[in-house]
Amino acid sequence: MLKFVFKRLLLFVPTVLAISIVTFVLIQLPPGDYISVYALQLESSGQEASEQLLSALRQRYGLDQPIYVQYFKWMGNILLHGDFGHSMQWNRPVGDLIWERIGWTFTISIATLIFTWIVAFPIGVYSATHQYSFLDYLFSFIGFVGQGIPDFLLALVLMWIGYSTFGLEVGGLFSEAYRNAAWSWNKFVDLLRHLWVPVIVLGISGTAALIRTMRANLLDELRKPYVVTARAKGMKEWQLIWKYPVRVALNPFVSSMAYVLPGLVSGTTIISVVLSLPTTGPMQIRSLMSQDMYLAGSFFLLLSSLTVLGTLISDMLLAWVDPRIRLE
Amino acid sequence: MSITTPRPAPTVAPDKPQARKDLQGERLYTASQWRLMWWRFQQHKLAVVSIVILLIAYLIALFCEFVAPYDPNRFSPRWVLAPPMRLHFIDAEGQFHLRPFVYGYKSSRNPETLAMVVVPDETLAFPIKFFVRGDPYEMWGRFATDRHLVGIEPGAASRDQMLFLLGADEMGRDLLSRILYGARISLSIGLGGVFLSLILGIILGGISGYVGGTADIIIQRIIEFLRSLPAIPLWLTLGAALPPSWPPLRIYFGITIILSLIGWTGLARVVRGRFMALREEDFILAARLANASRMRIILRHMVPSFTSHLIASLTLSVPAMILSETSLSFLGLGLQPPIVSWGVLLQGAQNLRAVVLAPWLLLPGLFVVIVVLAFNFAGDGLRDAADPYAI
Repeated sequence: MLKFVFKRLLLFVPTVLAISIVTFVLIQLPPGDYISVYALQLESSGQEASEQLLSALRQRYGLDQPIYVQYFKWMGNILLHGDFGHSMQWNRPVGDLIWERIGWTFTISIATLIFTWIVAFPIGVYSATHQYSFLDYLFSFIGFVGQGIPDFLLALVLMWIGYSTFGLEVGGLFSEAYRNAAWSWNKFVDLLRHLWVPVIVLGISGTAALIRTMRANLLDELRKPYVVTARAKGMKEWQLIWKYPVRVALNPFVSSMAYVLPGLVSGTTIISVVLSLPTTGPMQIRSLMSQDMYLAGSFFLLLSSLTVLGTLISDMLLAWVDPRIRLE
Repeated sequence: MSITTPRPAPTVAPDKPQARKDLQGERLYTASQWRLMWWRFQQHKLAVVSIVILLIAYLIALFCEFVAPYDPNRFSPRWVLAPPMRLHFIDAEGQFHLRPFVYGYKSSRNPETLAMVVVPDETLAFPIKFFVRGDPYEMWGRFATDRHLVGIEPGAASRDQMLFLLGADEMGRDLLSRILYGARISLSIGLGGVFLSLILGIILGGISGYVGGTADIIIQRIIEFLRSLPAIPLWLTLGAALPPSWPPLRIYFGITIILSLIGWTGLARVVRGRFMALREEDFILAARLANASRMRIILRHMVPSFTSHLIASLTLSVPAMILSETSLSFLGLGLQPPIVSWGVLLQGAQNLRAVVLAPWLLLPGLFVVIVVLAFNFAGDGLRDAADPYAI
């Protein structure tokens, strides 16, 4: 087990390094830089953007240096000082901006992950043990539709239904009264009343996928001879199913961590814009559009590294749950 | 897969109950692989229906100038946010008409909010007609005509009346026409992206699976790396990298390339898996012993054996492309107006206020859902049919 963990950790470092290089190339791809965007803004508001001012700004942010120097400076500061650079648009350190918001991204993602498991697990088992029953068909149908709807569209429809039939303003995470209030029980309840929309919207496609894998895996297991043997020996059906086949079919739940979590983090980006949630998504999109490169780059770097980390954790969990993988 | 038919399969298409009965008979053993697949595919009713829906959707996309009642850019300030028109069969006198008709619109002021609203005008009834004359267009830039599939013929007195079967947008443009034109962009971008992914996937997956060794390890690492990048932030970053000064057509191709940049990894895995499995088959060994060249083995013996699997995975990867384009354009990082795509149309429904005021602006989303579901079901059916020898 230790050797396995060590091997995976060893692979983790070069991957993240490669990601950081790709990130830096990506954020340099758009023509021009933040200063040229800033000059355009100045001009459109009627102010003169002198060459002198622009080159002074470029010098201040180090944009006049060769690209590899910029990269090493940026990475060096991240690794040595935990400093992600300076956001030119907000005129604040990138780190502060991100930490303010990334907590909400993770709250929503993890709440969705828990929702997905709680819903998908019993339904998957039921669908497999009651194959071709009415509820099985119903869940499959909901699952298919859930996978076909783009999540921002689902968010819009839920918002519209909530508003037109219940008179609810479902956007945001808090009502007006609690937005700036200190934490209290009432504020928490208020949060829960708003949280369900993004959780359902984000969770539905993951839930559908998980139900399908759980159902397929369990169906494969149920046909195996050991199940027949246990049944022939007179074991209670309920006990039999939960004790053996379900445990074997549980693997996809663990490995789903690897793709569900990053998928959720990605997914929140889009629906946060629609539901005006205080997550990293809207800020990330704005920083991309205004070429605020350190902010945009740090977002991408963090999200990608977390994805790789998620895969790593799920691999380890999988190895812990299933000895066959460990021994390979 | 390597089963050869002793005699050609019957060319007469069997009628359905006959076909099922024959599945147990001798014809099952003499049928060609593709015929077996067709039989298997027919059993998946939902997939057959989905294929028909997709065919219709692509036909509409192909002939959208003719099918759409109006030019997508024709705007009229009088009909801003006009609601969808209702089709009537019974007129005000209670008389029944076999040909449905719609009431014209008039602008009036809401007595409470004093805002201008568009309401039906029951004094104006226009029957729905086929092949009416309307906005002139050039079919595929060649045939100039002004015939449209459906429309109304307002008289000289009410020249500015329009047919709004799905309502109008915030500039008084016909939403139905815009959705039909949007189908051309949204549906083709999915196919284009998948086609590019297919080329990359077959080349790299093929090398990886057939050559093996170091090449396989390198390509596998690249695929793993690309897959570890979160898709949506990557698309957003790349989408933002497209210069806004580009002409619309180049942006369109740029988006297609961006979408296929990640899409190919999935296909490469499928191709690699099939290659690895097929490499060990007896008929490949036989071909190698018969001194067939490597290219011949790949193209003549291996590719035909996994075409069916490939088609199924292709069908299943189109909807992901369509959804990505829609999301990107919705956020304003993909296609931009004046291009009309479903994602661009949904930009109009970006906030709650717009949706509450004009819920029909969400309708392009319905078309996205229908097409995506149809692709999913069709792909499901094709995947089952791809291996007709399985039980």
